[in-house]
Amino acid sequence: MGIWIIAGVTFREAARKKMLWMALAAGVAFLILFGTGLHFQAKDFAAHGMSPVLRREISFAMLTMGLYAVDLLAVLMTILTSVDTLSGEIASGTIQAVATKPVPRWQVLGGKWFGFLGMLTAFIAIMVGGVNAVTYVMAGVTARHLVRGFLLMWMESVVLLSITFAFGTYFSTLTSGVLALGLHGLAFLGGWIEQFGALTQTQRAVNVGVIASVLMPSEALWRRAAFEMQSPLANAMRISPFSTLSVPSMAMVFYAALYLAISLLIAIRRFSQRDL
Amino acid sequence: MSRASDLAIRARGLRKVFSGKVAVRNLTLDVPRGEVFGFLGPNGAGKSTSVKMLLGLIFPTSGEAEILGCPAGDVKTRSKVGFLPEHFRFYDWLTSAELLKLHGRLYGMSHALLRERVPALLDVVGLTPHRDKRLHDFSKGMLQRIGLAQALLNEPDLIFLDEPTSGLDPFGRRLVRDIIKAQRDRGATVLLNSHLLGEVEITCDRVAFIKDGEVVETRQLNGEDEEQITVSIRAVNVSREVVNGLSQWTPSVRSEGDRLTLTLLSSALLPEVVRYLVAKGADVYEVTPERLSLEERFLEIVGRDGGL
Repeated sequence: MGIWIIAGVTFREAARKKMLWMALAAGVAFLILFGTGLHFQAKDFAAHGMSPVLRREISFAMLTMGLYAVDLLAVLMTILTSVDTLSGEIASGTIQAVATKPVPRWQVLGGKWFGFLGMLTAFIAIMVGGVNAVTYVMAGVTARHLVRGFLLMWMESVVLLSITFAFGTYFSTLTSGVLALGLHGLAFLGGWIEQFGALTQTQRAVNVGVIASVLMPSEALWRRAAFEMQSPLANAMRISPFSTLSVPSMAMVFYAALYLAISLLIAIRRFSQRDL
Repeated sequence: MSRASDLAIRARGLRKVFSGKVAVRNLTLDVPRGEVFGFLGPNGAGKSTSVKMLLGLIFPTSGEAEILGCPAGDVKTRSKVGFLPEHFRFYDWLTSAELLKLHGRLYGMSHALLRERVPALLDVVGLTPHRDKRLHDFSKGMLQRIGLAQALLNEPDLIFLDEPTSGLDPFGRRLVRDIIKAQRDRGATVLLNSHLLGEVEITCDRVAFIKDGEVVETRQLNGEDEEQITVSIRAVNVSREVVNGLSQWTPSVRSEGDRLTLTLLSSALLPEVVRYLVAKGADVYEVTPERLSLEERFLEIVGRDGGL
């Protein structure tokens, strides 16, 4: 079936991007740095006879910090690698040789989407797995709900992939990239406004954050992922800088799934009806 | 008039407007199956847009088109259609053999069939020594050749070639001519989009002149038509009266010295004209029919400014 042939070649195309390998190299460098930091901390903990509870909480905070860095890398990777796959190939005419084959256009777009999905899934799995493995080896700690957290971070990436695809069927590569990054920036800012709102108990500020999450639920998914992964104590104390005074509800997760599906449908509809 | 089922391409009033600018005004066209049909026109005449509308890549603003009896863009029909875009390009990390295999699989061809077709086609386009070379090491001409091969993979009934000789050296151009001839012999229909008059003249059965997104004229090129010709006659003892008498066959006669130049609506009229001159006492030394060359007709239609 055409969709899987296109998915296969897109995966290979995506996996050949220098950006991916640079991001992986940056990820490995980050893991080494992260591991070294954890190693010295663990030594210090032992030397100072720090209480196991505090030691565990600090290790959890380090883990969340590491995952936060992975999340940022994944967001950038998602948008920057996929942004030119539609608009770029339409502009260069590369798409013409494929779009005239007996493969419906929805399968051409779907194949590309699955190709990037495969590449990004592998990237996020390696990085999330790597951070957890390093933390486990150095400090004996892994994420509280690792799979749930991974799935939420993965979903954040898929939401961004789908909206980037949708933009790519309407706009040039540059415009699509600016729009996708801009929307995520909006969500990021909204997330912080929401947290400060929660801290100062300012409901209207919290509402601003919620509206930002409705416009782009990516950051909300990260905050939910952080909530799932970090220690119960940190969640109870609500003091971690990487999450999460105001935890996005499961309704927001379902909304993100709907957002993802609608973005993809818009992309398919537009791609099927536009001139190539 | 051909029956719809005999037509490889049938277009009626195709029109395309891009942001208020008319790219194709009114394309009405019938191309019978088995014909090599040329699309001639200056740059910006709407040739590529027309081809893309027929292929379903571009949606017409109005009008309708059928390809091999099905609406343009029909997914199933595409398995019987080949297309070489004007600037063929693809992921340049693929080798030429990999590219053909990939496109063959998109056509739904089996691995067994591809094992047979891919080497054969690489041979046809002269790329066998480069089968494992990646496309980023290909010259423009080699890219055009591999693009041509992918357009022929599925042994299509209808092939669209958009400026196929662009970037090719004389050997490459010869190759394209031979390939088009082989496709015609196989019974395929070829639509050749070109601004190279000589190429069209050699390869096509019929040609459409396009200007401002409209077919201005179609013309048969295989000599079987009955269209107007210009004749140059060298004769002496031709009185003014006899020259005037030629107006029964043509409104256009020019007499200079011993040379008469006249335009006839059909070459079939020529023997009659010669008989008339001889009967009226003229001594005829030379009769040279001069078919208006494609180039002259092209320039006449699109204007000397090249339509710019």
